[in-house]
Amino acid sequence: MSETRPGGRLPVTVIGGYLGAGKTTLVNRLLRAADGQRLAVLVNDFGATPIDRDLIVSSAGDTLEISGGCICCSYGSDLMDVLMALPERQPDIERVVIETSGVALPGMVASAVTLLLPYRIDGIVVMVDVETVRTMAEDAYLGDTITRQLGAADLVVANRCDLVDGASLQQTLAWLATENPAARILPATRAEIAPDLLLGLRDGALPRLSATLTTPGAPDAASLYASLELDVPEDIDVAELGRRLSAPGTGVLRAKGILGEVALHVVGRRFEIDAAPADAKPGRLVVIGLRARLDRRAVEQALQPRLSTSLRSA
Amino acid sequence: MTSSPITIFRARRILTMNPARPEATHVAVREGRILGAGPLEELAGWGAYTLDDSFADKVLMPGFVEGHSHAAEGTFWRYTYLGRFDRMDPEGKVWPGAESIEDVVARLQEAERKLATPTEALAGWGLDPIYYGDRRVVRADFDRVSTTRAVGVMHASGHIFNVNSRALELAGLLRQGVNHPGIPLGDDGLPTGELKGPEAMTIVGAHVGFDREALANDEAGLRRFARLCVRQGVTTATDLANLLPDDAVSMMARVTGEAGFPVRIVSFRRFQALTPEQVVDMAVKLKAKSTDRLRLGAIKLFVDGSIQGFSARLRWPGYYNGAPNGLWYTPPEAISGLYRLALQKGVLVHSHTNGDQATEMALDCLEGALLDQPARDHRFTLQHCQLADAAQFRRMARLGMCANLFPNHHFYWGDQHCETTVGPERAMRMNACATALASGVPLAIHSDAPVTPLGPLFTAWGAVNRRTASGRVLGTTECISVADALRTITLGAAWTLKLDGEVGSIECGKRADFAVLEDDPLEIAPEKLKDVRIWGTVQGGRLFPANGA
Repeated sequence: MSETRPGGRLPVTVIGGYLGAGKTTLVNRLLRAADGQRLAVLVNDFGATPIDRDLIVSSAGDTLEISGGCICCSYGSDLMDVLMALPERQPDIERVVIETSGVALPGMVASAVTLLLPYRIDGIVVMVDVETVRTMAEDAYLGDTITRQLGAADLVVANRCDLVDGASLQQTLAWLATENPAARILPATRAEIAPDLLLGLRDGALPRLSATLTTPGAPDAASLYASLELDVPEDIDVAELGRRLSAPGTGVLRAKGILGEVALHVVGRRFEIDAAPADAKPGRLVVIGLRARLDRRAVEQALQPRLSTSLRSA
Repeated sequence: MTSSPITIFRARRILTMNPARPEATHVAVREGRILGAGPLEELAGWGAYTLDDSFADKVLMPGFVEGHSHAAEGTFWRYTYLGRFDRMDPEGKVWPGAESIEDVVARLQEAERKLATPTEALAGWGLDPIYYGDRRVVRADFDRVSTTRAVGVMHASGHIFNVNSRALELAGLLRQGVNHPGIPLGDDGLPTGELKGPEAMTIVGAHVGFDREALANDEAGLRRFARLCVRQGVTTATDLANLLPDDAVSMMARVTGEAGFPVRIVSFRRFQALTPEQVVDMAVKLKAKSTDRLRLGAIKLFVDGSIQGFSARLRWPGYYNGAPNGLWYTPPEAISGLYRLALQKGVLVHSHTNGDQATEMALDCLEGALLDQPARDHRFTLQHCQLADAAQFRRMARLGMCANLFPNHHFYWGDQHCETTVGPERAMRMNACATALASGVPLAIHSDAPVTPLGPLFTAWGAVNRRTASGRVLGTTECISVADALRTITLGAAWTLKLDGEVGSIECGKRADFAVLEDDPLEIAPEKLKDVRIWGTVQGGRLFPANGA
């Protein structure tokens, strides 16, 4: 299954969710936090997704050049065409972020991306507005679209937490957990999440956490997230490690392990095995999660060999 | 005093669609427009004239108006036709329907032998395997055509490709581990060669010659489309979902402006990748570029997908076979925003809705927009609108909406709708032309060419007879009269395009656009309406015989 190529395939993050959930805010945050990583951000349309003006260096047709070497393209109904042309048009791109239209099903978008060899799905992030999502899920027209979007998420960003009181927030988070029990749920305000969760963990260093958390009253980044860096035994079964880290209950939001020739990428409930980057240091696993949720023991246990047949047959 | 010459055409019968004078024997034409239809002695009052007897044994009708077609039909004829039913190409050659998968393969083999280079792709269209039993078309079938060149065939629905192994290989899909709902796998774990849905199709499209660049801005295709229009008696045809980039607009303006171009093309800008503000602004600017034979400035919106592709949005209880509900193509906020702004700026919007839930959504959005922005004569039209029920037609009437229904579906996919997609009861109310008329909804009917063949008389036959390919009649209560059907393919469609003051009937002041028929559609048996022979057209007073000059 893991067809590996030198340097690995281009990771693709799919960001879904209905209008007003905060997708645009998140995209702008990612562009600001790219920190030298060259992103290609593909948006359905420029009109509905204004990129912050100060980020734009120049524009030509359907492509904006963003400061820091990133680009932003609008794709309309031609996502596949844009993706097929991208590696040739922008050979130095390191990561792709797709913002889907409000009514698109991100699971279907991700499944289409897997048909293209240069890419792998890094994660499906679905944003919801905690104030409205349960009403939307009951809407005669849109309800099934909302729940299908949620069902496809590896990571649910429960956004706009500042707009609801504590009790109803807890109810909504519990409801989200029943809609997609395997996904990780990340409460957020103004789409403020650690950019590393979506942009990847850097080699050899503990992750950068959220660059700025500016919402008054919000907890600061250091207290919100916890990270772990661990040695990985050489003989580990990578697929089994991926399954364990992505299983419900570990609290792992993202993990990256370089294990010999391959890299393990975990985003929420999804894991992928790909070729290791050329300059990566093997034998290390980096994990981040919410401080309140990350289960250090579960992560450590995931690294232990287990006497099970599934381990060998994987 | 004018010096422009007057021609008076004498005909066996002229069906004018003008209720004050429904029939005539002569029509007088000056400067490409109609002076009048009536007896010769009355028309002689306009002054000196030339009497033209070319149509003395023919029947004239107002030139047909195709309210939902795509100029891509002209493009597709560059590929090999592989449909189940006979179809006439732009040159008038009738390609017989393919009777079996063997027959399809044989035709591809024949086309393959004519290709010059060993690697050139081979493309076909119109395939409809539901007529060949349960056996699916697989890549091994087309590997018998070639293993060195990519072979790809688009299904009649436009939603599926079948390709050979080479095409899969070029697209990077001839591998293990492909995991996509639109790509079935064989026992060997490799794709079978069937590719469903736009994403899977796009990946192989370029390798088999169906790439976007080949389809956009196709001058030769536009000319072929025009020739098809002449053969079918069409003098005004929509090109209903074009992105209309500048170079395509220039090409279309140049080609349609040529003295010998026989059709008025009404091209709608597709609402895609733009905000309502942007697309309305673009429509207003495009409108200013309109000419007599190229009408621009209207917008096409997609609300949902297709019924046979299970991507249409249905209300409860959904699909008959239990398939999950379809997809929204545009969020309701964008639909409402577009409607409101378009009403404000006087821009015409036609909305594709197939499922009844999509229709309901469009009605809700328009009702809300009209409260904000009252408009007395908007003529917003629901295109396809196949599953609308009686209550929805009544609502459409109250909101001033038009419907352009799709009776050709009954013939091509009616059996499938009955057995699989929507079940017998709703299949009987699909494309409810009689209910639309009884509810007072302005009605047009269409082919959606190239999905089904361009041919308003065939479409009219479909609305009159509602007969499926297997011979079922789906919903006799929704059959309409021949007279009503003829009105929908002329004045009815013209109304939805806001062109009913210019075309759609033969009366003083209108364009001299005629369908010239060998047989009388009011005399021929209704079940033979599709067999009416067509001589050609007159457009803007110019004669266009179907079989060359």
